[in-house]
Amino acid sequence: MEHIRAVNDIVVRFANVNGTGSASANNMFAKAIFRMGIPVTPKNIFPSNIQGLPTWYEVRISEKGYLGRRDGVDLMVCVNPQSMARDVESVKPGGYFVYDNTKKLHPEFIREDIHYIGIPMTAMAMKHYSDPRQRQLFKNVIYVGALSALLDIEMEVLKGIIEGQFQRKQKLIAPNFKALELGESYVHEHFEYPLGIRLERRDNVGDQILIDGNTACALGAIYGGATVAAWYPITPSTSIVGAFEKYAHKLRIDPESGKNRYAIVQAEDELAAMGMVIGASWNGARAFTTTSGPGVSLMSEFLGLAYFAEIPAVLVNVQRGGPSTGMPTRTQQPDLLSSAYASHGDTRHVLLFPSSPAECFEFMAKAFDLADRLQTPIILMSDLDLGMNDHVSPPLKWDDDSRYDLGKVLSAEELEKMEEFGRYLDVDGDGIPYRTIPGTHPTKGSFFTRGTSKDEYARYTENGAAYVRNVDRLLKKWETAKEYVPAPEFYQEKNDNPYGLIFFGTTTYAALEAMELLREKGIALDAMRLRALPFNKEVRRFIDEHEQVFVVEQNRDAQLRSLLINEMDLYPRQLISVLNYDGQPISADTIEQQVIEKHPKEKQKDDIHKAEVPAS
Amino acid sequence: MTYIKPKFRHPELPKNKIGYAKADYEGAISTLCGGCGHDSISAAIVQACYELSIEPHKLAKLSGIGCSSKTPTYFLSNSHGFNAVHGRMPSIATGANMANRNLIYLGVSGDGDSASIGMGQFVHAIRRNVNMVYIVMNNGCYGLTKGQNSATADIGSVSKGGSENRYPAIDLVGMALELGATFVGRSFSGDKTQLVPLIKAAMSHPGFALLDVVSPCVTFNNKPESTKSYDYVRAHLEATATLDFVPEKEEITVSYPEGDSAHVELHDGSVIHLQKLAPNWNPTDRYSAVNRLLEAKMKGEVLTGLLYIDPKSQEMHELENTVARPLNTLREEELCPGQEALEKINASFR
Repeated sequence: MEHIRAVNDIVVRFANVNGTGSASANNMFAKAIFRMGIPVTPKNIFPSNIQGLPTWYEVRISEKGYLGRRDGVDLMVCVNPQSMARDVESVKPGGYFVYDNTKKLHPEFIREDIHYIGIPMTAMAMKHYSDPRQRQLFKNVIYVGALSALLDIEMEVLKGIIEGQFQRKQKLIAPNFKALELGESYVHEHFEYPLGIRLERRDNVGDQILIDGNTACALGAIYGGATVAAWYPITPSTSIVGAFEKYAHKLRIDPESGKNRYAIVQAEDELAAMGMVIGASWNGARAFTTTSGPGVSLMSEFLGLAYFAEIPAVLVNVQRGGPSTGMPTRTQQPDLLSSAYASHGDTRHVLLFPSSPAECFEFMAKAFDLADRLQTPIILMSDLDLGMNDHVSPPLKWDDDSRYDLGKVLSAEELEKMEEFGRYLDVDGDGIPYRTIPGTHPTKGSFFTRGTSKDEYARYTENGAAYVRNVDRLLKKWETAKEYVPAPEFYQEKNDNPYGLIFFGTTTYAALEAMELLREKGIALDAMRLRALPFNKEVRRFIDEHEQVFVVEQNRDAQLRSLLINEMDLYPRQLISVLNYDGQPISADTIEQQVIEKHPKEKQKDDIHKAEVPAS
Repeated sequence: MTYIKPKFRHPELPKNKIGYAKADYEGAISTLCGGCGHDSISAAIVQACYELSIEPHKLAKLSGIGCSSKTPTYFLSNSHGFNAVHGRMPSIATGANMANRNLIYLGVSGDGDSASIGMGQFVHAIRRNVNMVYIVMNNGCYGLTKGQNSATADIGSVSKGGSENRYPAIDLVGMALELGATFVGRSFSGDKTQLVPLIKAAMSHPGFALLDVVSPCVTFNNKPESTKSYDYVRAHLEATATLDFVPEKEEITVSYPEGDSAHVELHDGSVIHLQKLAPNWNPTDRYSAVNRLLEAKMKGEVLTGLLYIDPKSQEMHELENTVARPLNTLREEELCPGQEALEKINASFR
């Protein structure tokens, strides 16, 4: 029988039951590989449930640094009988199936073309541990020990992780070590090791870190100076405020009084969360909220108010599968249109598209500058894959010489010198007016903030001409925003291919790998990664310089393509969609396949080929 | 449109302690219907702020949507104002308050805004004890959309169109007491002698101070059969006590008779004096307030005055343990931990 053979190019999938403590064992596995200097991408595939249902953890190990999802499992670690039929099926021919053989494997799970490695995990845990919860937890560590022998993971690295993890609970170190060794010796005694697939230490990680996007966003909020966080719990955004609280507790305590230099309000719903952000920002604090698609729907009315009344606000949308409750624990990029145009009337919002934790950090901090500068909501578009999974990322960086851009806020001294203050006057010709913070000056600068039409002096009016002047100025501000938002990133010095590829966010990993795969097949593409809405001139130029452009995104309705067409008045046929919306992060294979299928030149070849086949 | 009042004032108008005349607390000319109860409440707000010598720019006025929510334009034109979306003023006020604990927050809402569309935000602002005054201008109907019954209209009350309300009223005061509100009062727009000291006391209370003010809608809900009409309310008024509010360090000049009076001292040293107390009622006993309210309700009375005050009220900032300085004054150096701290954080992710 064939054996898959590979070094540092492996997909391992763990099949667990949720609520059994498998996550920390699986994280330890991924981190050990990372510490061996090999790029690794773990992905949680979990149900919307607390305990008892199947959950998977998929680890892609790629020496070349491909960090997207890859189809096909080389090694399955199956500790969940519920999902075993599916799990056996998902292994590639020649692959390996590690399972708990405390009970004999049912004959229907036996495939002729894969290798079975039975380890009596439950029996070993029962024998060596007496506490029921410990038995369950250490069963997981036992399989990690077994994998260290099967795949050549350095035992010292694993032990180092355990030591770090239990610094404050020293007495848990020894039983963890024991579980690792139990698994390892069982393999030593019963199997030939390592397997055909295995790891070798490399130096391909450099100074990078392994971190999830939600934690990076939280740190961005700390560094960006956020003092008010208002939120309502919703998967997959919840952990942002959790991490914000954790770091604020460490970094934002007033040394003299021991009191908090921040406030976190768990609101009664997303409407209130957005209202609190608007109230705090109106009052001159930096404030943010976090949510997912359903929350954006609820916040829409308030987003319209903030757009029209010109109040800064920062919102993180960690997208998940929709519509309605959709697939709350699966990833997608399905809220581009609902976020870009959230609210009734003519509204449009600035969106930021981070594609790595480092960018989550950078863009989150920047979002506060943008919100203050542009006096409008800024929506950071993350997704479940970026937010909740660990990613290899450049380290987070902060320039100590940089200063917050607090935008056009008038001080008491400035107001004192002014003849007259007009809240909505376009003094500088960039569409951005000056604002005042309540309490600044006893007699100057007060005004009434409202969502109804008003004139340049914030006075209520139903005069059509004044309304038009106001909303047209907002369009001018939209133009100004193009100079401030992150510019697109290009992957070639100059465009020299007739076809282009556009992607953003978490699609980036798979898109870059797909470009390599396509190049090997003779299809070269220029590429552009979008980092923000509004789109600037370079975006337009890239599209104009190509005959046709593939637009890769993770939703059914090709929402980015619609945005591009709508915002730049493009000819729709010029943009070809490459889509994935099954809730799994898009893979390079999917992109490669769809580009080949839809590529005009390839199609031509295909048509010729079909024509050559004689009719039967 | 907004009518602008001339700014010229007689130079010898009386001034308050900080040198402001009453006119300095006024706003634009009201566009509400002539005789609207809401205008009387606006006047009471002006009077209370003048008497308390509040610096107008140290107060923020917030409202939702509806006739009541228009009123912040008609008082305190030197204060920042915020007209939020319908029923959502409490969240704006909460966020604003978190950002700057040093301003006085005056929220104005109506019965539609608070008891229907904004019920969720209203009860949660009470629950958090946000430090603000929350005035409900309660007329039992939707004025701006021409007179539909609201959720505070009493059962059997008859609207202008003649239809009888079939659903029970939501009593915001009773609900607030139940929710643990730390300051609860009710008044009538036509009773300025009661309303002004109540507003002053509410402004000095650290925490959420609810004032439910019955304020007849002259256009849509003033038939004698309406329980929110001038005639009905006047005929059924019943007060817990008459009330005086004495700010901190001000000399007490009135002598209060023993026996049927009480006084409550607030955090800042100011005092509320209550006279002619209702029987079996104690302003700091929530249980007695709920009982007294129910008794009045059974008799068809509109119970007004201060109903309950918790002198130990802890407002939201105390519960959140935030620094004394307003969060919106913290500077970058105090907020951003810098690259060195970030390097340590990076190391924890390797």
